[in-house]
Amino acid sequence: MNATASLHATDTDTSTSRAGSEFERERVPDSELKGPSAFWGMYAGEHTAGTEFMIGPLFVAWGASAAGLIFGLLLGNLLAVLTWRYLTAVIACDERLTLYYKMEKIAGRNLVAIYNLANGLLFCFLAGSMITVSATAVGPLFPAGMIEMPTFDSTLPTGPAWIASCIVIGAAMTLVALKGYGVVAQMGHYAAPWMFLVFLACACVTLGKLHSLDVWQLLTPPPGTEQKISFLGIVFFSWFCNAAMHIGMADLSVLRFARKPTAGWASASGMFLGHYVAWICAALLLVYWVRAHGIDPTKGKDPGTMVDDAVGWAGLICVIIAGWTTANPTIYRAGLAFQGMLPGISRTTATLMAGALCIAAGIFPAFAMNLLSFVGLYGTVLAPVGAIIVVDHFLADRLGIPRDPAEHTGSTFNVNVLLAWLIPVAVALYCYRVHNVFASYLPLPSALACGFLYYLLSKMSSGRAAAART
Amino acid sequence: MRTIATCLGLAALAGTIVPAVLFMLHAVPLDAVKSIMLLSTIVWFAVAPFWMKVT
Repeated sequence: MNATASLHATDTDTSTSRAGSEFERERVPDSELKGPSAFWGMYAGEHTAGTEFMIGPLFVAWGASAAGLIFGLLLGNLLAVLTWRYLTAVIACDERLTLYYKMEKIAGRNLVAIYNLANGLLFCFLAGSMITVSATAVGPLFPAGMIEMPTFDSTLPTGPAWIASCIVIGAAMTLVALKGYGVVAQMGHYAAPWMFLVFLACACVTLGKLHSLDVWQLLTPPPGTEQKISFLGIVFFSWFCNAAMHIGMADLSVLRFARKPTAGWASASGMFLGHYVAWICAALLLVYWVRAHGIDPTKGKDPGTMVDDAVGWAGLICVIIAGWTTANPTIYRAGLAFQGMLPGISRTTATLMAGALCIAAGIFPAFAMNLLSFVGLYGTVLAPVGAIIVVDHFLADRLGIPRDPAEHTGSTFNVNVLLAWLIPVAVALYCYRVHNVFASYLPLPSALACGFLYYLLSKMSSGRAAAART
Repeated sequence: MRTIATCLGLAALAGTIVPAVLFMLHAVPLDAVKSIMLLSTIVWFAVAPFWMKVT
């Protein structure tokens, strides 16, 4: 997934030091536009990451059916691609602006800073979960039992050795983020094709160890397994695990460089290679441990141990790099977000703050082990903002509400946006917490409600303004 | 130079997946798979910067 922020690091920018360097406050000129080939590799690399090592096995732990994994993931990822193609890419090519600059025109600079902070915090928790994933690759390098690995029901650190592993890995990631985002972006680029093949290799070895090529039968949970995620749940998870990027419009910042909206199809490389294939390959790893070693699937097995058992050191390197290339730009970006909120601090200080928060999150396995829920909540909080952009772009003129209202009025804080964003999110979080609604069901209704509320509030505001003038 | 990097890169990628496929078909032992994959990983990261342009 993305869950991922690997190539959006420049987008968080609210600092003046990078203003103008990536057309952050202007339309991308025609001379800078790229053909579709520029995006296929990017999406493939961005969505083949450390999260995949967790999500695949978590599906198994949640009792996902073979039909859900084979067909549900196919459908959900297809819906994600269609969203990127027909919503995100269309707006991106029309506006040619970053998400942040477009939001600034609608919501005002101060409100965008709040969005930035929310984004930064959520990214810190996501990066923390990637530190957790990478740390599981350290355990097999030491004598057995020296570092106790967390299981799926772990929420607290497993011991001092685990804490030390997370701190070392997180500190290394933070130091690299301080040096610059470019090196890690390059590493991610180089690692992508190799990483995808390691996922495939894990699946092939697993099938060999189980002496079966019947993937359908292997992915079918044993009788009596509690099914905590339905076919529909899998569809919605795979559709909205990157809600912040497509419906949430974060990928405006990437696709604004596309010559045509058809570049949105490039997301298919990420969805079908990085998500669909990688998730199923990772799921098979846990299937092997359940069938061959009799472990409790609800407790699972850490990615490092499973991958080491399957493909050895190459797999451990893959787990570390996969977590690293996801976490590093996230730490960098979160640092920029914090700097935007606290203009007096340096980027170094802001990045260290972000790194510390990521390390703290990584030490507690709760985020990684609850990734299926966390990803849904992440989308629920951030996706509604994209609905406001959709209303502004497609419907504002037809519905008689102002386009880019903050820009035209000179406002730095559009209260309508804040209310339209927070009210549906609050209701959604209530439904999740109190009524145990699966988190991935929430981004879509939240976004729709946000868009409708924004229209309603904007209509009322413009009506009051017109009345005041007469 | 780029031609050599391309050839080595392709060999490294092949070395990452082919042994696993052969293991799946019970043609090679797992230890060989792990060793070849590790070697291929090292070769890949050595040659990838010369082969893959980053834009």
